[in-house]
Amino acid sequence: MTERKIRVLIAKPGLDGHDRGAKVVARALRDAGMEVIYTGLRQTPEMIAEAALQEDVDAVGLSILSGAHMALVPRVLELLRANGQGHVHVFVGGIIPESDIPALLQMGVRAVYGPGTSTQKVVEDLRAAILQEKPA
Amino acid sequence: MTTLAEEVLAGSRLALARLLTLIENEDPQGEAALDRLFPHSGRAHWIGVTGSPGAGKSSLVNRLARAFRSPADGSPPRTVAIVAVDPSSPFTGGALLGDRVRMRDLSGDPGVFIRSMASRGALGGLARTTPAVVQALDGAGFDIILIETVGAGQSEVEIARLAHTVIVVEAPGMGDDIQAIKAGILEIADILVLNKADLPGAENALRTLRSMLELGHPGRESAPPSAPSSEWRPPLIATVAIQNEGIPELMQHLQAHAEYLRRSGGWQVRDRSRLQTQLEELLQATLLKRWRSSLPDGEYQQILTDLQARRISPYQALHSLLGEAPFPQSFQRGSSALLT
Repeated sequence: MTERKIRVLIAKPGLDGHDRGAKVVARALRDAGMEVIYTGLRQTPEMIAEAALQEDVDAVGLSILSGAHMALVPRVLELLRANGQGHVHVFVGGIIPESDIPALLQMGVRAVYGPGTSTQKVVEDLRAAILQEKPA
Repeated sequence: MTTLAEEVLAGSRLALARLLTLIENEDPQGEAALDRLFPHSGRAHWIGVTGSPGAGKSSLVNRLARAFRSPADGSPPRTVAIVAVDPSSPFTGGALLGDRVRMRDLSGDPGVFIRSMASRGALGGLARTTPAVVQALDGAGFDIILIETVGAGQSEVEIARLAHTVIVVEAPGMGDDIQAIKAGILEIADILVLNKADLPGAENALRTLRSMLELGHPGRESAPPSAPSSEWRPPLIATVAIQNEGIPELMQHLQAHAEYLRRSGGWQVRDRSRLQTQLEELLQATLLKRWRSSLPDGEYQQILTDLQARRISPYQALHSLLGEAPFPQSFQRGSSALLT
């Protein structure tokens, strides 16, 4: 059996066209030895959940700068659970007002990363969370 | 573990996705499920798509999948699985799998299943477990399996041993006629596609590729003498994948190649030689591991030390390890006499 690989989907739901943040995170996760599935701009929650299912990912990172996170994130979480993927570690990055963070975490998001977060922190959190849940 | 394979056969996409992960990780549970699925495999048309990075493989795969889902001739839609391989970093083992970016219009179609794979250190353009993943998708009942290789240069030709039909995708401006007659990737084409045929230089590229094809095609079934000689002449098709130009023509040639393989017996020949390769690879790995574990501790290391000190040659090491007498002196003298 080969070493267990962490598989992560990085997705950009909604209509904003700025994917630099998503690409920076994707690149950092790749450099940390993870397999990153990148799906590009303007994904619907349905597209994201479908890709997460087919790719059997351990984690989904959502990059949202449009302000629509309170609509998009719960929908993604709901679809993942409906598909039997409630175990998937969902994290959110982008422009998220401080006041919305508790509600997102309450819904089941595992972490929210604002601008200026070091990619090293994202990598460490993810590794710790996933390897703890599913050792080797 | 009956359940995973049963669930896959019953159409569970979650079970299928889990199974593919187990296969990729070479987990024994995946092997057990494959045992159950194997009798159901052997029906799908395995189509390889290979070519240089940026030639447009993913866009072409996207268009082909759409065409199989709604055939222009009004025939019933075929179900399609896509296996898209991208390279793993040789330094970190990480990978960025981006082929889905070009396949977004397939989203929401329950007759399509897309799986990205990292090459995980394999060099032939596929991952080591790609054949098993494709076999699982075949067993799961997909009609068509499109296998997209990593962006390939000249020697990533593993796909020729895996697929029934290989499409080699080129784009204008990739090199002169000497590039085109080098051995390797162009030789394995059953169908040659010049994508991005609306770009400057397309006419030149078409001319070069056409003259290369006219020089002759060795044919992939040259190995078994029983196989029919390659009456199949690889067609050259100009496409602009993002505008769907040339796709209907490409679909006709894919259909024609599948019919040709069935008619000529090539389908069976390729199936058998693929299974033989798979079995032999398994045998090699397993026998080596078993034999190594049967050796007394230290013997192998001692032989390696003798080898490195030039006390024995690799051939002598081999015979010593296998406990065989080396060739008789007379034979050795005879053979060295032949050499001098």
